[in-house]
Amino acid sequence: MSAVLRAQELGKSYGRVRALSDCTLDVPAGRVVGLVGPNGAGKTTLLNLAVGLLTPTSGTIEVLGERPAAGPEQLAKVGFVAQGAPTYANLSVEDHLRLGARLNPGWDDAVARDRIGRLGLDLSQRAGKLSGGQRAQLALTLGVAKRPELLILDEPVASLDPLARREFLQDLMEAVAEHGLSVVLSSHLVSDLERVCDYLIVLVASQVQLAGDIETLMATHHRLSGPRRDPARLPDDQRVISASHTDRQSTFLVRTDAPILDPSWTVGQVGLEDLVLAYMGHTTNPPPDRPTERPKLEVQR
Amino acid sequence: MIEFHLDDRTGLSPYLQLVRQVRQALRVGLLREGDQLPTVKEVVSSLAINPNTVLKAYRELEHEGLVAARPGVGTFVTATLADTSLAAHEPLRQELRRWLARARRAGVDDESIEALFMTTFRSATDGEVGIA
Repeated sequence: MSAVLRAQELGKSYGRVRALSDCTLDVPAGRVVGLVGPNGAGKTTLLNLAVGLLTPTSGTIEVLGERPAAGPEQLAKVGFVAQGAPTYANLSVEDHLRLGARLNPGWDDAVARDRIGRLGLDLSQRAGKLSGGQRAQLALTLGVAKRPELLILDEPVASLDPLARREFLQDLMEAVAEHGLSVVLSSHLVSDLERVCDYLIVLVASQVQLAGDIETLMATHHRLSGPRRDPARLPDDQRVISASHTDRQSTFLVRTDAPILDPSWTVGQVGLEDLVLAYMGHTTNPPPDRPTERPKLEVQR
Repeated sequence: MIEFHLDDRTGLSPYLQLVRQVRQALRVGLLREGDQLPTVKEVVSSLAINPNTVLKAYRELEHEGLVAARPGVGTFVTATLADTSLAAHEPLRQELRRWLARARRAGVDDESIEALFMTTFRSATDGEVGIA
């Protein structure tokens, strides 16, 4: 299968501010991709580049094999729900569906009306009067009924309460199962993504720190703890992602394709959230003797 | 029909949890030959998980010869695990009891027993199947 999103040294600057730099990605089709990173990392910039709302300052980006927004055909293949699920406050739900039908050549009215019916939304209701969850669902409905090959959602669940969040993700996954579309969704909460995504991109300070299949990422990262040791003395095939030391003990998060054979280590599994945090350069348990020191990202070699 | 559930704290990937739940249901006779598994869409909409996860679990079960997919109809149980493995439980349990008694006599406390079991289990599993 071809790539849904391919970026080569993609960069975007606003004046002297670099919002995204050296971004190289190759995301396979048929995936649900989670794009995570702290606020201001460049997630929205990357997504806006992918839908053609922004043009790159450097490098290239291809979506479904073409330049984003290259023409009407390309536009029809990509659905986009921007941050905050924007809708037209003064238009009714019915108006939104009619608008969707007029603007999208591949519009599937049956899918749209069926979803609105199941959600229990009143067609005559103005979008401005809907709850946050309902508005997000309306925006998702428009995105799905467009029948795109790729649906891009920017922070779709950020403003939703836990129940609405769950319902939204259930609906999104149903659409994936039904229509076989690829999805890219961003979030600053890993817990939102754990169940729904099978591919992860971690963006920190305008750079891609990690990208890959989640199962593979989980299988190749290990937490090692044992007697204090200099990271330079670890085997060459173990890349240190984060390290913390007390006077006697060392704890490392390493990435390696090989099994850990050294018997002096206690080997632990790393959860997705801890993994992402490690790449973000945070630590959930700062060493007690040096609580203010941030783990160095430079240890990545 | 069985209903799946997910436990976020087990550390097991969702796909493995689904595989195990089917195997467990087969062991205790909750699922029998000919029974249908929930459709991918049903699992997806009840658990809010990625359809690929469900497909992967079903493929794994198919690979193990426990279920078969009938295109356009669904996935059906084709084998049972009940007889063979249940019969083996009792002698294994007795052996394990004797081993536990020996460990306690040797002065190993409960926590160490658990750690010993888990590390041995993990290294044995890694050695056998080569999974991390």
